[in-house]
Amino acid sequence: MERRAYYRNKTLPWLLIAPQLLLVFVFFYWPTAQALYWAVTLEQPWGGGNAFVGFDNFMLLFADSRYWATVFRSGIYAVLATGLSMAGALTLALFADRQLKGTRLFQSVYIWPYAIAAPAAGVAFRFMFSPQAGLVGMINQVWPGIWDPSVIGWQALLMVIVCHAWLGIGYNFVFFLAALQMIPRTISEAGAMDGARPLQRMLDLQLPLIAPTTFFLLIINLISSFTDSFGLIDTMTEGGPVGATELMVYKIYFDGFKGLDYSGAAAQSIVLMVLVIALTFIQFKWVERRIHYT
Amino acid sequence: MKRNLLLTAALASALAGLASAPASAATKFDFWYGLSGDLSERVQDVCKRFNASQTDYEIVCTSQNDYDTNLQNTIAAFRANKQPTITQIFDAGTLDLMLSGAYMPIGQLMSENGYKIDWDNYLKGIRSYYSTSKGELLSMPFNSSTAMIYYNTDALAKIGFTGVPQTWEEVEDVARREKAAGYDCPVAFDPTGVWQWFEQFSAIHNQPIASNGNGFGGLNAEYVFNKTKFVDQLTWYKKMFDEGLFVHKSKAAGETPNDAFINGHCQITSSSVADHGTFTKQAKPEVHWTMAMLPVWAGTDRKNSFVGGASLWTLKGKSAEEYKGAAAFFNFLATPESAEFWSTVTGYVPVTMTGFEAMKAKGFYDAAPYKGRELAIASLTYGEATENTHGIRLGNYVTMRKEVGDAISQVMFNNVPVQQALDTAVEHGNALLRKFEKTYAGVQLP
Repeated sequence: MERRAYYRNKTLPWLLIAPQLLLVFVFFYWPTAQALYWAVTLEQPWGGGNAFVGFDNFMLLFADSRYWATVFRSGIYAVLATGLSMAGALTLALFADRQLKGTRLFQSVYIWPYAIAAPAAGVAFRFMFSPQAGLVGMINQVWPGIWDPSVIGWQALLMVIVCHAWLGIGYNFVFFLAALQMIPRTISEAGAMDGARPLQRMLDLQLPLIAPTTFFLLIINLISSFTDSFGLIDTMTEGGPVGATELMVYKIYFDGFKGLDYSGAAAQSIVLMVLVIALTFIQFKWVERRIHYT
Repeated sequence: MKRNLLLTAALASALAGLASAPASAATKFDFWYGLSGDLSERVQDVCKRFNASQTDYEIVCTSQNDYDTNLQNTIAAFRANKQPTITQIFDAGTLDLMLSGAYMPIGQLMSENGYKIDWDNYLKGIRSYYSTSKGELLSMPFNSSTAMIYYNTDALAKIGFTGVPQTWEEVEDVARREKAAGYDCPVAFDPTGVWQWFEQFSAIHNQPIASNGNGFGGLNAEYVFNKTKFVDQLTWYKKMFDEGLFVHKSKAAGETPNDAFINGHCQITSSSVADHGTFTKQAKPEVHWTMAMLPVWAGTDRKNSFVGGASLWTLKGKSAEEYKGAAAFFNFLATPESAEFWSTVTGYVPVTMTGFEAMKAKGFYDAAPYKGRELAIASLTYGEATENTHGIRLGNYVTMRKEVGDAISQVMFNNVPVQQALDTAVEHGNALLRKFEKTYAGVQLP
């Protein structure tokens, strides 16, 4: 028999969830609707009026090869930042999970980067990667001019990616460590008794068993690299040199707030939103359902 | 005794009431501006002086940090009907506001509130930048500047150059000799310095940036700078860069051109006259320097440079009382004393001819640390103005500055051919202009 609590009163439940609904409406649906509206009009920044133009803004966007370059760049950024961050976190978690000396200390220390605000980290990394004074810049004393992210585009992009990955390690580490600790000791011990070395146990037992967590983190990291990269780019490169670090989210900011092209920026927001929704959809639809080991 | 005490208390409170009454009766109005640091303090000084000069109005001045942020915040506030009475808008943000109808023209504001201001007294180059195509001034000129060039005089002396270079030929010669004399960085160059390296070059050499008189004639203007002398100029920048005579300095590279100059790392830099005061305060004691008008190529019929900085706009939708206050504030700014105060404590130029003459007569420009600042006025008023030197009135111009900066960077760092880089920038720019024109379809450029 199903046991459920229910309300006789039809309005009370609505009243109870009203505050939450109101918040969601004000902070999500309203701005989204506004962005959608702007995306299909040409909006004057000072609010003097606008004209309906249908999908012109999107057509203009999709016909612009530079926009596609931005999308492509964002893709590379997402894959590299996610890959680096997760690989780093997983490695640390695997070691922190082994009962070694100082494990407790490392378990808490590795979480720290997550507590650092992106702009602060951005400034610190900018110094480290600075061609003249920075730590990495010392390579220029051996080969002059080989490292200069202020001029060489791919180096600037790499610099931001490394910083983004570093910031995410703490978050990923917590999830990986929790997942690893959820694996019953008996399984590992049984493997050990059968003669499996630690590396083999990791590949054959631990990694498959934490797959659900890995896929969850994969999606979360991809989404965050599309949206959270803004703070870093703004403090580290401002999209430069020559647009080499201009990702989708930064272009939205620049076109909208600096360039006052509200409609173009709104159309770009919609595209980015669709992308993030698609990723979330994949997360819910396939990943959460299919990957299950019990 | 006790009665006396009570009486005194009553009297005191009555007096206190009297004293505070005018303050609370004063009409408050808001002024948002986009300057920070030292300059923000100076704006606050101006506000305090105004508040102290009369009792009817109280201006509340709020810094929004920088021009961009101030523009964004003002727009957001205006759309929510919470706008300040006065806001400071920079050169590149002028056109959007001009077309929006969100402002009250300065002339109308002043005449409606019974003030008479002699607009002809304002420097022509400054006036034209903020006027309609018919010559009506729309906003109050406030912090006006122009681009200048700064030389390290010790470096000039070391190579035996007397005076300062007047032409780009001389700059090239000086840079080459300085390099030979052991200076690593003769000229500090930031490709995103579009204002001084591109716009001012075009104005001084009477080269159009766009058709229709740089957009003053209507929204259907098109960029043309890929067919002007700027092509040769960029080719020259590239040559200088490749020879190591121009050296890349930027925030991303670790040191801005101005910092490189005042720290003695670079010997020549181009920047706003407004930095004259900053350099005076911040240059290392062993760095001796002087400021001059931007050079021209030999044989050029020199024209005036563009005014930079920002002007003050009065926004619509405020009460008559607040407009009275705003008009009183502008009237206060227009007095020669205010003009002199502002120009002294910052590096900005006096915006009126009488203000300038008064300062000159007083000997303001005769001795350090202000000596040389009069050259900015000379630069702004040089020669007979043409349609290429009125100003720039082009849509989405902030984005366009970035496009031009990218084009220069492409040439410098990625060896993209000059013509190709400029053609690309023009193509992108024209797309921006057409979209802008469509956004304001049916709106007449005032």
